[in-house]
Amino acid sequence: MILGPNGAGKSVLMRLCHGLLTPVAGRIVWHGARNGDVRRHQAMVFQRPVMLRRSALENVIYGLKLAGKSREECRLRALDVLEVVGLAQHAYRPARVMSGGEQQRLALARAWALGPDVLFLDEPTANLDPSATQDIERIINAIHASGTKIIMTTHNLGQARRLGDEILFMSKGRLMEQTPVDRFFGEPVSSEAAAFIKGEMPWD
Amino acid sequence: MDLNIITENWLFLYYVEICMTSFGDAFAAAWALIAGFDGELADIVLLSLKVSLSAVVLATAIGLPLGAAIAVERFPGRQVLIVILNALMGLPPVVVGLLVYLLLSRAGPLGTLGILFTPQAMVIAQAVLITPIIAALSRQTIEDAWREYDEQLRSLGARRLSAAMTLIWDTRFSLLTIVLAGFGRAAAEVGAVMIVGGNIDGVTRVMTTAIALETSKGDLPLALGLGIVLIGLVMLLNALAAVIREMAQRKYG
Repeated sequence: MILGPNGAGKSVLMRLCHGLLTPVAGRIVWHGARNGDVRRHQAMVFQRPVMLRRSALENVIYGLKLAGKSREECRLRALDVLEVVGLAQHAYRPARVMSGGEQQRLALARAWALGPDVLFLDEPTANLDPSATQDIERIINAIHASGTKIIMTTHNLGQARRLGDEILFMSKGRLMEQTPVDRFFGEPVSSEAAAFIKGEMPWD
Repeated sequence: MDLNIITENWLFLYYVEICMTSFGDAFAAAWALIAGFDGELADIVLLSLKVSLSAVVLATAIGLPLGAAIAVERFPGRQVLIVILNALMGLPPVVVGLLVYLLLSRAGPLGTLGILFTPQAMVIAQAVLITPIIAALSRQTIEDAWREYDEQLRSLGARRLSAAMTLIWDTRFSLLTIVLAGFGRAAAEVGAVMIVGGNIDGVTRVMTTAIALETSKGDLPLALGLGIVLIGLVMLLNALAAVIREMAQRKYG
């Protein structure tokens, strides 16, 4: 769970790790990485879901086809994943007319279908109401339980406490702290983190 | 004094009535030509449609991939190219006609083809005219979509070419209305086809050039008939574009 004030560089960090941005200096090394295209075993879901002008099912199949699976394999896997996230009855609806919460669930389904080792989530529930947020959190937990490492950012500290194992706190482009979640909120090491927690939850 | 005013008014009204009568006659004659599928009118309309349709197909085959490529690639001079492409949209048709004429005339580089004053030349001239329109507008459409889809498509592992194809398919309805606009532009222009076609009766006479000729001869019925058909065509194209946009929005979001 990456936390930090606006402009701290959380999104940039995730995009660098995922390979969407090229570092100006330095390298990104993954432990135990298979050489070559690391991105093939990663997936990312953005704050706003980006759906193609086709059905929900076709959107999930699109990602699988790019991974080189056969048409029939893609279809079956896509239907499975839609079932798990609760969108099976919407499989043939055009993706872009679905609600924000449904589209974000679809985005997660599309990413999950690829079976990534790492899943990046950039403020996935920022634009959603509480009930949709709950659905998304449930799905995130399910994906985590299936063995995928989740790296996400959020401004919702409650969510960070609910979902996070380890907090990476960033400020002004630097990594300030790397602490287990309970300790972070109880006794943050850096003063920036203390100020951040106080600022986001002034009633604490 | 009063009598003069009355007389002047009466003469004026008499004059207007005579104009309206001959105008009315011309209109009636025009409708008769259209309703009766007059041979000459039909031939001219058919040739117009064939020439402009061929031109827009050619222009799309060249302009669409060009627009897509510029939209997704980054290369030095890209901004300059975009500005030039946008400027070329405003090329005066008669100047395009002149340039293609110079190209195809006997003294010109492609003179040996001998296609000046044929429908082929008109197709080429109109294609030159609308390719920048299709390229510039499709570039804008695809680049807007690219900005929205870029990160997600790359995250999913799409390579440049595959992403470009996906974008083209996803923006298909907007691209279709751009093609319709190009067709409308081609069908409505007179300068280019007049110069490279020569407005030869039965060979290179299209709606716009025929209207110009007949009007200058003072022969209104055919000119009016063709004018009505041409306006009808343009309005049909616009209505079609609106219907497409509406249907696409409702069905695909």
